[in-house]
Order: sequence, then structure tokens, then C-alpha cells
Amino acid sequence: MSKNSEYLIERENKQYEVIIGLEVHAQVTSESKLFSQSSTKFGAEPNTQVSLVDAAFPGMLPVINEFCIEQAIKTGIGLKAKINKKSVFDRKNYFYADLPQGYQISQYKYPIVGEGKVILDMPNGQKEIGIERLHLEQDAGKSIHDIDPNNTLVDLNRSGVALMEIVSKPDLRSPDEVNVYIKKLRSIMRYLGTCDGNMQEGSLRADVNVSVRLKGETEFGTRCEIKNVNSIKFMQMAIISEANRQIDLLEEGKEIDQETRLFDTKRNETRSMRSKEDAHDYRYFPDPDLLPLEINQELIEKIKSDIPELPDEKKKRFIDKFNLSPYEATILVSDIETSNFFEEVIKNSDVKLATNWITGELFAVLNEKNLEISQSPVSAKNLSKLINLIKDGTISGKIAKTVFEQMVDGDQDPLIIVKEKGLKQESDPKAIEELINKVIENNSDKVAEYKSGKDKLFGFFVGQAMKESKGKGNPQLINKILKEKLNG
Amino acid sequence: MSDITSQSLFELTSNIKEKKLSSEEITKAFIDRAEKSKKLNVYVTDNFEKAIDQSKKFDSNPNFDLKLSGIPIAVKDLFCTNGVRTTAGSKILNNFVPTYESTVTQNLWSQGAILLGKLNCDEFAMGSSNETSFFGNVQNPVGENLVPGGSSGGSSAAVAANLTPVTIGTDTGGSIRQPASFTGTVGLKPTYGSCSRYGIVAFASSLDQAGPMTKNVRDCSMLLEVISSFDQKDSTSIDYKRNCYSKELSKDIKGKKIGIPKEYRVDNMPDEIEQLWKNGISYAKDCGAEIIDISLPHTNYALPTYYIVAPAEASSNLARYDGVKYGFRSPGQNLIEMYEKTRSEGFGDEVKRRIMIGTYVLSSGYYDAYYLKAQKVRQLIKKDFDDAFSSVDAILTPSTPSSAFKIDEKTNDPVSMYLNDIFTVPINLAGLPGISIPAGKDKNNYPLGLQLIGKPFDEQNILNISYALEDKINFKNDISDWWLSE
Repeated sequence: MSKNSEYLIERENKQYEVIIGLEVHAQVTSESKLFSQSSTKFGAEPNTQVSLVDAAFPGMLPVINEFCIEQAIKTGIGLKAKINKKSVFDRKNYFYADLPQGYQISQYKYPIVGEGKVILDMPNGQKEIGIERLHLEQDAGKSIHDIDPNNTLVDLNRSGVALMEIVSKPDLRSPDEVNVYIKKLRSIMRYLGTCDGNMQEGSLRADVNVSVRLKGETEFGTRCEIKNVNSIKFMQMAIISEANRQIDLLEEGKEIDQETRLFDTKRNETRSMRSKEDAHDYRYFPDPDLLPLEINQELIEKIKSDIPELPDEKKKRFIDKFNLSPYEATILVSDIETSNFFEEVIKNSDVKLATNWITGELFAVLNEKNLEISQSPVSAKNLSKLINLIKDGTISGKIAKTVFEQMVDGDQDPLIIVKEKGLKQESDPKAIEELINKVIENNSDKVAEYKSGKDKLFGFFVGQAMKESKGKGNPQLINKILKEKLNG
Repeated sequence: MSDITSQSLFELTSNIKEKKLSSEEITKAFIDRAEKSKKLNVYVTDNFEKAIDQSKKFDSNPNFDLKLSGIPIAVKDLFCTNGVRTTAGSKILNNFVPTYESTVTQNLWSQGAILLGKLNCDEFAMGSSNETSFFGNVQNPVGENLVPGGSSGGSSAAVAANLTPVTIGTDTGGSIRQPASFTGTVGLKPTYGSCSRYGIVAFASSLDQAGPMTKNVRDCSMLLEVISSFDQKDSTSIDYKRNCYSKELSKDIKGKKIGIPKEYRVDNMPDEIEQLWKNGISYAKDCGAEIIDISLPHTNYALPTYYIVAPAEASSNLARYDGVKYGFRSPGQNLIEMYEKTRSEGFGDEVKRRIMIGTYVLSSGYYDAYYLKAQKVRQLIKKDFDDAFSSVDAILTPSTPSSAFKIDEKTNDPVSMYLNDIFTVPINLAGLPGISIPAGKDKNNYPLGLQLIGKPFDEQNILNISYALEDKINFKNDISDWWLSE
């Protein structure tokens, strides 16, 4: 990464570097929970998706949901990570009202997925972020403190839902990288169908580890962990605020305490949750209700063979095969729905035009209407028809914009619009010649000026000819014939 | 025909099938006797009314094709029973009524058995004398003010006192075999993974197994056949072909190699236990078995290992009893205070002691020295048995280092209480099947048991050896019904 793009925080001739590591909690896309058959559907009435296992009734035992295991392996493969043939579920013991068992089943020493990596496309090149591990764990329930003035209410719908905790190495160096990292991670998981990445519904949350050090220093500083941040914007705000807090402490000659902190989104500051001394002793030990998880190579191979093309590979293909720029390819592959839409459009139409129309007009409409591409008001089929109309000269690019505006209203067929409104481009050389003759006749003074050397007037004639054709004249043809007439 | 309640399971099932007895007659006979036996305090919760209804229902439309057709059975109060209070002998579950059934008890009802009631036990199965129960101690029918053993003390007493034809207990470190030994009855702990743990209030998950407690070996084989099953609801349940234990039961043990481990000759073992063991050896020889001296070198470490592993698991398993969801709650000003009050008041001393031990051995800084080391030793103990079983078919030891002791004799000395399990805990640590059969009496005329330990899944073999020895030993429990009231 070039020097001028480094994210550094300045203080009186000093420059501080920010070191960031993320523990992302991604909800596994699965009909049922990690160790029970209850539904994981979001938004149900409180305590309606709770089995006896989820509520930790006496004598209830966890039974692993194999689909969640496969999802974790799939994600591991997507992160180019090592899949561990043997992993162990441990109990993480602590008391809380929304933790019915009094322990969370998680993976501690032996996670299902080991080291991997994620490639970030930054404006000035690629950067590799190391993945430390991915492990499976149960989510807890939800404590609700603001409904009843005297009691805390507990909703166990989420209790036992499968989460993947994806731990990055401390390789991130700026809020921008965090933004790109989270989006890339989400994109990979959405390609794989292993996590929907919906941050509003809490499907993706992160604990953010932040430390600072003077630029050039090689040792890491003392880090603080900011718990449970649930949007990229808040992650970035929390990092900036926490890094500045730590730098202020260092500047004052004070020490940073290793601690767990919370981000107060209203005040835009982090505050201490518990110090290292108060840190929980979770008394991890292997869950004796579950045997060690053994995965055979056969299963890994089977899952590998089902892995779809992932963003990095797709991007490479788009560049190699379609001659797209890396920038265009990055945009088109960032989301699986977008890339699917793109590939659908180019099945029957020009790649270059499709790229421009999707990243230009279509994205503008989606942005304006705040829609996902899956909700696009213009279907891939009709967009490719429009592109073909441009390509074969039936309409000009300018007319196409008018047609597109109308297509947005109810996904209308561009062929019909062009036909009904008579927007078909005039490409008959005779007709063009006629109207150009008319323009030359009507502007004999300008013709004289042009011929005496005022070349710039050429544009004026084009405009007049286009006007005369009511915008339907084929621009290439107008250009060609005008040149012949004026220069001949 | 002898008195109904003194009949074995085998006799009762035959009599029902031959229509010599009705289910109602049998059920009422056990209930009548129970009404007069309150002094023993075996029941925590009875199910008498429903049991009579069910027996009548059975008689009106009997199905004789089942293995326990119309037989009333009381079970240890550690098995969750749908609609019937399940306490685990604890105040913290005093008001708990499950909406579900344990797999093992479901297996009983599916074979036509009828629930008589829930039997007293040590709190969360933690104890060797049934004295830690919130519902008071149980009297051993063998003699007044004698403990029935534990933790399945209500179960052993109920079988010995003819209050249930057979019963099921659970065994984490000897909780079936030791009380069987103390009451002159038969108790089998199956191989870990043989019986489902689903719906059994957990004590130490890697050690807990349910098992039959009966008057004789044949009944034991009949009951094991019913309760042992593969269950997908328990991830540690093992899918293997189970024998038809009662059909394959045989006294022919000619040529069987029986190991005698020298390490089980512990210091201060009473002479009568030594003598009992010798008798067992000679009976086995009489039956044509070959006796082989073996060594289980890590035996001495079994008890300390057990008292790390079991409390560690228990400390975590019992975290769910927090007053939030079900069971006893003592209100507090805030969550922490509610937890503290609920758990302080809801658990008894022995349970608290083990939660504290378990929490300690899992704590950071102590985990490696205690829990991890104990797991390593556990592997060594398991290996001892694996090695031994390369040269023998079964291992014969005493069941306990003493006969039943007096109530209150050991309550203030937990370590001496723990020592009761010295011969039984290694078997749980190794996950092996073990059976205790009555084999003699001490100078006070109190029963003493011998234990047979088998290879994994080889219950049939130890049942057969027990069956042969039972015949030779010809043990008669001499119980005077001293507690009966009119």
C-alpha cells in the first residue's frame, strides 16, 4: 500500500497507526438451531421458537445439526481456510438470565476451521487479511430491560441459534479496510448461502479489537475489545473514537488498560464494560454431552464440489473473459445478486454496454428508490433487450435513456415502448441526407463560416440535424453525411 | 403361589401372561405394601391412583406380547416422567413437573409397564447413602437405621423390601452397584452408551448410565433388554446390536477367563470382604471358569480422578438450576442476588461441595493441574482395563469395601463416604459394564456384593457369569419386615 494512503492519526509531529482485529459473529443460514430442531426464523413472537433443549430443561441433551456443520465447512472453504478433521465443542460457563444452560456451547481449543484469508480490493490495490479461525457456537437469548419497569424479560427465540465466529488476524489498519473487509466477508458468505449478512436483524455482528502504536513501531500496543457492534458505520465510529482515546492516554503518558468496552452510539464514545481483572473465568472444558466432531475427507470433497464460483474467481473471470476493468469487475461481483443479474443480461447482449448500463443507470435508479438488485424494477431480460436496441442501431443511447425511464415503471418491454412512441432511430441514408440538405439550406450563413475555417460549427450542424430528426436520427450516419456534404 | 410382592419379575410376567394374576391385583399388592412401608421413606412422589387406573385399563384390553405387560414399576426420581413430579432429590426441583419422558422410562412403558412412583435418591445422585436427599434418608430394609446405599438408595430399598418388582437406577460412580450390594439385590451399570441419557437429570455426563436393579440376575437381564436402546436424542448413545439378554442367559461359563486384580486388595479391607472374594473365586472355579491374576496398575488413582471429573461436569450441568426458568426461586433485589439466594437455599451441602470442587478444578490456572491431568489418568485407567481384557473375559472384585453402615455414621466425613466407591468408580471412568450380585453376609448378617466387570458391550457375558455364580452362592436375603405398619 502506498504511503499516502496510510491511515494515521496525527498528534504534534507524531503519527499513530491503528491496529484492528475483528471477531465477526455470523448467523448460520439454517432452518433449525445448532443443537435443536426449533426454527430460527426472525421476528417471531417472543418465546415461540424454543424447544426443551434451548430452554435447558433437566435431562435435555444437545444433538448436532449436521447442516450447520456443512455450512461452517463451506464458509471455511470460501475463506480458503484449513478445515480441521477433528474439532471439539466446549462449554463456556457463565451465568446470565438469557443463557438457559448456564453455559454456551462453543469451540475453544479445537475450532472446526483454522487459518485462512480474505482479499480486500482497496482503491490502491489488493490487501490480504489473515483469518485466524472460524468456530461454531450457540447464540444466547435476549434480555429485554425496557418493557417492564421492575423486571427483565427474556426471549429465548435466539437461544441456541448457530453462529460462526470468524476471527481475523490483527491485519486491518483503517476504518475503510474494516468496511471493505466486512463487505467482502458478507459477500463471500452470501455467495455460499451460509449467512444472509443481514445486520439489521443481527445476523452479522462484530467484536472489534483496537490498539494503537507509533508509526514504525513493530510491537503491538495494549488492545481493547469493543463488544457487539452491529453496523459497519458504528464499527468505524467506534474504531476512530477508541483509537483517539488510546492515543490521548499515551500522549498524557498514561497506560492503556486491557479491557472490554462498549460503544455508545449516541455519544460516539466507548466506555469500560469490565477490566482484565474482572474478566470472566469461563472455565472452558469439552462438552461431555457431545463427542468430538470428526469430519471425513469425503464430506469435505463433496462440499468443495458444491462450492459456487466466489467473488475473487468471478472477478478474475470477468476481467479475463469480458475485458472489464478491475474496478468494474469489483463492483459487479461485490454482491452475488448483482453478478447474477449481470450475467443474465449479457447472455444476449453486449458486455460493455451492459456493464455501463448496470453500474450507471440501473444503480442510480436502485439507489434513488433504495432497492436491492433482487428488487430491480427492470428485469435482466428487458435490460438486455434495451441494450440490443442500442447495439443494432434501432435507437440511440440518448433515446435509450428516455426508454429506460419508462421501463422503470412496471418493467415494460423496450421494444413495445420504442414502437408505440415511434422512437425508432432513423438510419435510412436517404432520409438523413434529406434532412441534412434542409439544415444546410436553412443555415447558409453558418455553412459559409464553417467553410472559411470555423470548424467548431460542426457540432452546431449535428445538433440541428438531430433536432430536425426529432432526436431519432442515427448519430453516426448524421456525422458521416454531414462531413461529406460540408467538406465535399 | 407365593405372596405377590415377593415374586420376581420373571414370575410376575409369567403369571400375568398365564392370567393367574391381573395387572390390577399386582399393582394393588405393591401399593398396599407401600402404604404400610412409609417408614422406609422410599417414595418421593407416588403415582398410585394413576397406576391403578392404568392397570385396570391394561386388564380390560391386555397385550401379552410385551416384555413387561401390566407390570407396575417404581423408578429413581432422576428420570423425567411426563406429568409426574421429578425432583432429583433436590429442593431446587421440588415443584418441577416435566412435560416429557426420559427414553429409558419410555422404553419401560412401551413394553407395557406402569409407573408406580418416583423413588428417593441422593440429591442429584450425589451421595453413597441416600442421606443427601432433600426428602430425607431412606431406611435399608435389611436393618433399622442402616443406610440403603446411594445414590439409588430408594431404589435398592424398594426392591429389597418388595415395594417394586424391579426398578431402574442411575450409576455415575457406583450408584447402582453399591446400594445393590448394601441391600442384597442385583444392580447392573451398563456400558456407557448402552442406555440413553435423554431425560435423565444429569450429574456427570461422561459417567452417568441408567441400569436395572432387581432381585435376581434373570430379572436383571430381562430389564436390561428393555431399557437399553440406541437413541438419536443422546449424542453419546451408541448404535450397536444389543443382545436378547434374557433369552441368551446361560449358566454355562466353562472356560471363561476371570481376572482377579491385585490392586483391589486395599488396606484395611475387612477380612469378611476378603473371604467373600475368595468364595466367589472358588465358585467361579467350580463352574469351570479359569481364574487369572491380573494387574490394573492405576486403580489407586481412580477415586481422586473421579472426584475431579465428576464434580467438574456437575458444576456445569447444575448451572441451569438458577431460578430463572423452572424449579425453586428465592427472590432477590437483582439477578445476582436472586441467583445467590436460589442456589444457596435450593441446593444441599453435598451438592454445593461438589459444585465448588468442580468450579475450582476448571478454573483458569488450575485446569491443567486438575481437570486435564484427571482426563489423562482416566485414559490410563481405561488402558489398564483394555490390557487386562486382552487376557480375560471378565474381572471379579468385591462391590464395596464394607457392608451397609449406620445412618449418620459418615455424614460428617465426606472422604470416608467417598471411599465407599473405591471399587466401582474405575468402571465408570472406563465406561465398562459392571454388575453387583449379592454374595454373602458380614458378621452382622448384612449383605455383601461381588462385582463382575465386563468388556464394553459385553453385558451378556457378565450376566451369564453372575447367573452361574448366583446359583452356586444361593444367597437368601433375610428381611424381617420390621418396618411394616398396619
